[in-house]
Amino acid sequence: MKIHEYQAKELLRSCDVTVPRGKPAFTVDEAVAVARELGGPVWVVKAQIHAGGRGKGGGVKLARSEDEVRALAGQILGMQLVTHQTGPAGQKVRRLLIEEGADIRQELYAALVVDRVAQRVTLMASADGGMDIEEVAAKTPERIHRVVIDPGIGLADGDADRLAREIGVPAASVPAARAVFQGLYRLFETTDASLVEVNPLVVTGDGRVIALDAKLNFDANALFRHPEIVALRDLDEEDPAEIEASKYDLSYISLDGDIGCLVNGAGLAMATMDVIKLYGGSPANFLDVGGGASAEKVTEAFKIMLRHPGLKAILVNIFGGIMRCDVIAEGVVAASHAVKLTVPLVVRMKGTNEDEGKALLARSGLPIITADDMADAARKVVAAAHGAH
Amino acid sequence: MSILVNRNTRVITQGITGKTGQFHTRMCRDYANGRACFVAGVNPKKAGEDFEGIPIYATVKEAKEATGATVSVIYVPPPFAAAAIDEAVDAGLELVICITEGIPVRDMIATRDRMRGRNTLLLGPNCPGVITPDEIKIGIMPGHIHRKGRIGVVSRSGTLTYEAVGQLTALGLGQSTAVGIGGDPVNGLKHIDVLKLFNDDPDTDAVVMIGEIGGSDEETAAEWAKGHMKKPVVGFIAGVTAPPGKRMGHAGAIISGGKGTAQAKLEVMEACGIKVTRNPAEMGTLLKSVL
Repeated sequence: MKIHEYQAKELLRSCDVTVPRGKPAFTVDEAVAVARELGGPVWVVKAQIHAGGRGKGGGVKLARSEDEVRALAGQILGMQLVTHQTGPAGQKVRRLLIEEGADIRQELYAALVVDRVAQRVTLMASADGGMDIEEVAAKTPERIHRVVIDPGIGLADGDADRLAREIGVPAASVPAARAVFQGLYRLFETTDASLVEVNPLVVTGDGRVIALDAKLNFDANALFRHPEIVALRDLDEEDPAEIEASKYDLSYISLDGDIGCLVNGAGLAMATMDVIKLYGGSPANFLDVGGGASAEKVTEAFKIMLRHPGLKAILVNIFGGIMRCDVIAEGVVAASHAVKLTVPLVVRMKGTNEDEGKALLARSGLPIITADDMADAARKVVAAAHGAH
Repeated sequence: MSILVNRNTRVITQGITGKTGQFHTRMCRDYANGRACFVAGVNPKKAGEDFEGIPIYATVKEAKEATGATVSVIYVPPPFAAAAIDEAVDAGLELVICITEGIPVRDMIATRDRMRGRNTLLLGPNCPGVITPDEIKIGIMPGHIHRKGRIGVVSRSGTLTYEAVGQLTALGLGQSTAVGIGGDPVNGLKHIDVLKLFNDDPDTDAVVMIGEIGGSDEETAAEWAKGHMKKPVVGFIAGVTAPPGKRMGHAGAIISGGKGTAQAKLEVMEACGIKVTRNPAEMGTLLKSVL
């Protein structure tokens, strides 16, 4: 789960990480009021959307007067902000963060992630703050420094100081950097974060170390013990189809293609997308109905897939294990009646009660195209989708 | 022979009294030698009772002492599952198989840290389990699609493993052992560990290795196989079409920071002498072609 920058900064503050003074604003008047409260001479008006790359997209601007704050807030609020992470349609800006300006001497980078190889949390830092860190990692990996954190000890003073020196923090500011690193780790631990990223982390002219930006992601598996984090969720930032799917415990992700797929199991669902592509088609979604799909769940899944604009065909690919094929077949038949299917449907079922499932589909009289294996299914659904032009 | 488990393995079920635990304990007990293999359950509140004839103990330690079991399988709900692994490790079991999906990563980091220096192996979490056909099934996979044979299968995904097994069986190729290592970022046995076991197993002739986007476990296993594997390995990686930054169902299946793409994994595997297919419908025929 993701949250906004202003929410992330409030959490940072609670862990004693210094951030610029600032407040969120939901209207132009609020933006001006916040600016007045903060006092000048310089303010930063920042679009609050979950996607990165806001600055390049025109969502972060500097204002030198209250009038300028008003003008920029009016410009940014309500705009469709397009960044490399939003897709071409962009994301509507509904919230702003108004902050005081900062006197930047140095721009650094710091992030905490789970290192899958070490099976521990790793603090990464670089002197190349403000830049696209993926590019830094690809081109100059030696400029990223790391501390793998022992969960029993936490981030030791010595490790934090060494990292600060490695990324060029001036000696006088090393204790401040240490406090920031340790605060970030405390935040990571206490909130069950999956990512804490500060880019840039800046050293100011007077030697303070502050988080100028902040990005937090949280471990979805741990949200059950963090109602305070769940409360920060902004549904406007999420795909409506994905929200709807999550209500029925369906794992769904919208994609750009035109062939819907309904599959049991995440790995098989990805493989199904891959095989559709291999045979010249393009998947409209990832959808894992999970292990305990009922007829109701299958019906809801069909409804969600059918909302996809330009959907041309649907492929159901089930490998019945604990899940029985006849149960899925019942669900498919019920769904076809309930949602008035307007696109061709290809079904491939294998495994437990396969014959019963196939018989159910045949008896239903529905125009279902059946397939024997994944390749056959992909070929048929791609042909059906192309025929539906 | 086989790897990890066989007809003589004795198993404790942690979470035997829950709905999932009950259902799968029945299925496992009814498979092959299951009636002799599943010897104990654990539930502190129901110690002294039994589940359809399987005695329930208060702790893993007591269950182990009473039955001599060396393996446990865990169906405990996610908030308590890491503690269940800890208990099994503390009891000194040889192998712990955690089926539970949805354990917080922070819990698993602490659990894996506690396991350092211990001899207990962990399979999972968020995995289908392990099966040695016609001998023992520990986990949630459908037993009937398997046949006894000489092909090893290792995979991060459940139903995709079944898909591979189904293809092998249809081609008349049985399996020595099929291992689901699970879809979580912090887990126990990795592809490389299972490849090593298959390499040393005289009754495994070749291996199907199935991966997915996220992390670098497949690459690590491939690099090792290049210098050490004496048997043919074929591979498939799910998620060539997966968009970056999106978690594809499994917590560990995510392309982040430009890393963990299926394409990169396939290239490394090929460079290390592993034959790969980009078509998941051809995993079985590809394996047959290398025998």
